[in-house]
Amino acid sequence: MEEIANLFHGFAVVLQPFNILVMVVGILLGVIIGVLPGLGGANGVAILLPLTFSMSPTSAIIMLSCIYWGALFGGAITSILFNIPGEPWSVATTFDGHPMAQQGRAGEALTAAFTSSFVGALFAVVMITLVAPLVARFALQFGPAEKFSVYFLAFCSFIGMSKEPPSKTVVSMMIGFALAAVGLDQVTGQLRLTFGFTELLAGFDFLIAVIGLFGIGEILLTMEEGLSFRGKKASINPRVVFQTWAELPRYWVTSLRSCVIGCWMGITPAGATPASFMSYGIAKRVSRKGHNFGKGEIEGVVAPETAAHAAGTSALLPMLSLGVPGSPTAAVLLGGLLIWGLQPGPLLFVEQKEFVWGLIASMYLGNLVGLFVVITCVPLLAAILRIPFSIIAPVILVLCAIGAYTVNNNPFDIVMMLVFGVVGYVFKKCNYPLAPLVLAIVLGDSAEESFRQALLGSQGSLTVFWSNGLVGTIMVLGLIALFWPMLHTAWSRMRAAATAA
Amino acid sequence: MTSPNRLFGLGAAALGTALVIASALPSSAAWEPTRPVEIIVPAGTGGGADQMARVIQGIISKHTLMKQSVVVINKAGGAGGEGFLDVKGSRGNPHKLVITLSNLFTTPLGTGIPFNWKDLTPVAMMALDEFVLWVNAETPYKTVKDYIEDVKKAPPGQFKMGGTGSKQEDQIITVAVEKAAGVKFTYIPFRGGGEVAVQLVGNHVNSTVNNPIEAVAQWRAGKVRPLCVFDGKPLAYTDKIAGDKAWADIPTCKSQGLDMEYLMLRGIFMPPGVSKEAVDYYVELLKKVRETPEWKKLMNDGAFNQTFMTGADYAKWVENEEKRHQGLMKEAGFLASGN
Repeated sequence: MEEIANLFHGFAVVLQPFNILVMVVGILLGVIIGVLPGLGGANGVAILLPLTFSMSPTSAIIMLSCIYWGALFGGAITSILFNIPGEPWSVATTFDGHPMAQQGRAGEALTAAFTSSFVGALFAVVMITLVAPLVARFALQFGPAEKFSVYFLAFCSFIGMSKEPPSKTVVSMMIGFALAAVGLDQVTGQLRLTFGFTELLAGFDFLIAVIGLFGIGEILLTMEEGLSFRGKKASINPRVVFQTWAELPRYWVTSLRSCVIGCWMGITPAGATPASFMSYGIAKRVSRKGHNFGKGEIEGVVAPETAAHAAGTSALLPMLSLGVPGSPTAAVLLGGLLIWGLQPGPLLFVEQKEFVWGLIASMYLGNLVGLFVVITCVPLLAAILRIPFSIIAPVILVLCAIGAYTVNNNPFDIVMMLVFGVVGYVFKKCNYPLAPLVLAIVLGDSAEESFRQALLGSQGSLTVFWSNGLVGTIMVLGLIALFWPMLHTAWSRMRAAATAA
Repeated sequence: MTSPNRLFGLGAAALGTALVIASALPSSAAWEPTRPVEIIVPAGTGGGADQMARVIQGIISKHTLMKQSVVVINKAGGAGGEGFLDVKGSRGNPHKLVITLSNLFTTPLGTGIPFNWKDLTPVAMMALDEFVLWVNAETPYKTVKDYIEDVKKAPPGQFKMGGTGSKQEDQIITVAVEKAAGVKFTYIPFRGGGEVAVQLVGNHVNSTVNNPIEAVAQWRAGKVRPLCVFDGKPLAYTDKIAGDKAWADIPTCKSQGLDMEYLMLRGIFMPPGVSKEAVDYYVELLKKVRETPEWKKLMNDGAFNQTFMTGADYAKWVENEEKRHQGLMKEAGFLASGN
């Protein structure tokens, strides 16, 4: 087992005191970046990239990847406490995490989120350690048609698996697609739906939409309900961590399923955000407590967090072995690799053993350190909810505004955030789900792009989506997911008929 | 090795997006920046322009070439139009630079946004990026001639050319190749050069015109094969890269009967209306950047054409290049209405 020997060598590299220090600093910075909405992992890593030029490449990548882990952990904090996703992939965590906080179970939700993140990452790292070359070869099979089929599966499972009426989900999703279409059309290179406003050149940034829809929308709702902050009865209990840990093993099936979904989405490469949504949707359908999802079910926190972290971790593999980033943050890390004189690609694993295995070892240790850091903060974080709403709301508003501004350093984005806030409020009042809208803004562009790339390649023939086993299977899975409710009903009727007869 | 305190301090400072405003330095003689300098990148993170901006940033801070810090900001919206409009709107601001690629010409021509390179102040050409025609190494094509003959035999549009973006350099080259060889490709635009290279390795496209740095890793791994380089003379780098092959061994496309040359500008500009002293300061600064080993390594890795130009020469070069792009894009039918 050459890999194992390499890995232990990697541990030796990582366990140098300087590298451990770099790791802790990275995690702390990452958590801060993850907590601040807008200042996402990609921005954070980009800002800190130049600091690492004076380090050895191994220390540098350890620091940057730890910022990435920290951001993955940190994104859950504001989602649970304030219903404001700090990172795109923590949107699904708000669905059950925030209701839990409102019921005074913030500590429990945070512990579940952090622990699940850790489990997801660990699963993905073990996979990377054992089957890296296989995975790289598998990722090569993904052309435009295959990529589209993965997006198709994500959208379909969303419609089929959602508890809201499918028509409302579709309406919300279509609005998302329309918003995603604004800006430059990647395929023809022409501007769409900008109506001559140069402010709209860049389109609607996903983060601004999320900050507005969730953050501002939530504040408006709470204000309407009379400024009462429902989480204030949260008690500070240092033992909550252990109590939650005792409960978590019960959800091992959900956990395992979410790990697999996460790794799959991270490699294919759709990324952490759809992974978290898909995992949540499937857990909601499959779980015995599914009807309780959205009202503060701990399983509803476990599923998306595990998948997001598994996807975030496995997204690094295509970056290292193929040079194709699986996420925006991975894209910045990729730039870093090139600056340090390392060429990501098939030869990286052969030529730069110390670097690659040092990085993989740092994934193990970084996540462990990260878990330790954030878990110790749980009681402290849960205590934030004791601050009266009238004090915390302005702070959240200011943070949201700063976050929206930081995305592109553009004051116009703050106005856009406020508009999205009103939209979010109206959506919630009319009982339209926000998640499909968000999913469509995130993936709409990429899905459209791969669809059109595939059709360009096949000269307009739709058969390209059934042209080989891989793409055909994923498309069929997508259709099954889309029509799941009907199939399910039909199946139960048939069974009933059979028993009756 | 960086000390822990300094490291954390630096991190905190950078996190605040360099809110640190150093006290004004005693004015000795020449102009110097008094605030952190922004480099606008009119492209996404991880691409060629972004890498170059971040290398420059790293070199300046590592060798303390400037008393103020450098901040890199990506404004990629609308094929970089967002970044260019931002710089155009910062008239007289001597603390802002922009690093350009060919979208300096192609974006205004292709989308019709109100911008022209003459709205900016040219500072220096840092390098020119090369383009190479690549095929998958599993295919039998050893020369351009083999490949083009097969493309000719197939029905028009059956062969797929992958490239970065739409109506930008890769597609312009594709159209020019079609004209020069009398063939027809189906051009498929992707988001980034790395993705394009992987699509070629996975056989989802038949050929690409990747920059050297985008495809070098796959070449070294024996997954792709270079057929020719779109430059007037072969590349200058003789180090062995893949097996016994060096960049210098790739023939020019012209010598292979494919008459097409294309180089992409990697240059620095400033907002309009800045003082000559400020421009001179940055020219000197960039000259120092070019002398560092880190810069030389980047040039070597990416097999760049290391032409350096400033002042009137540079402006003249850009002007010619704009005319050329206008011609190329007009022929290809890429001009937005009104251009």
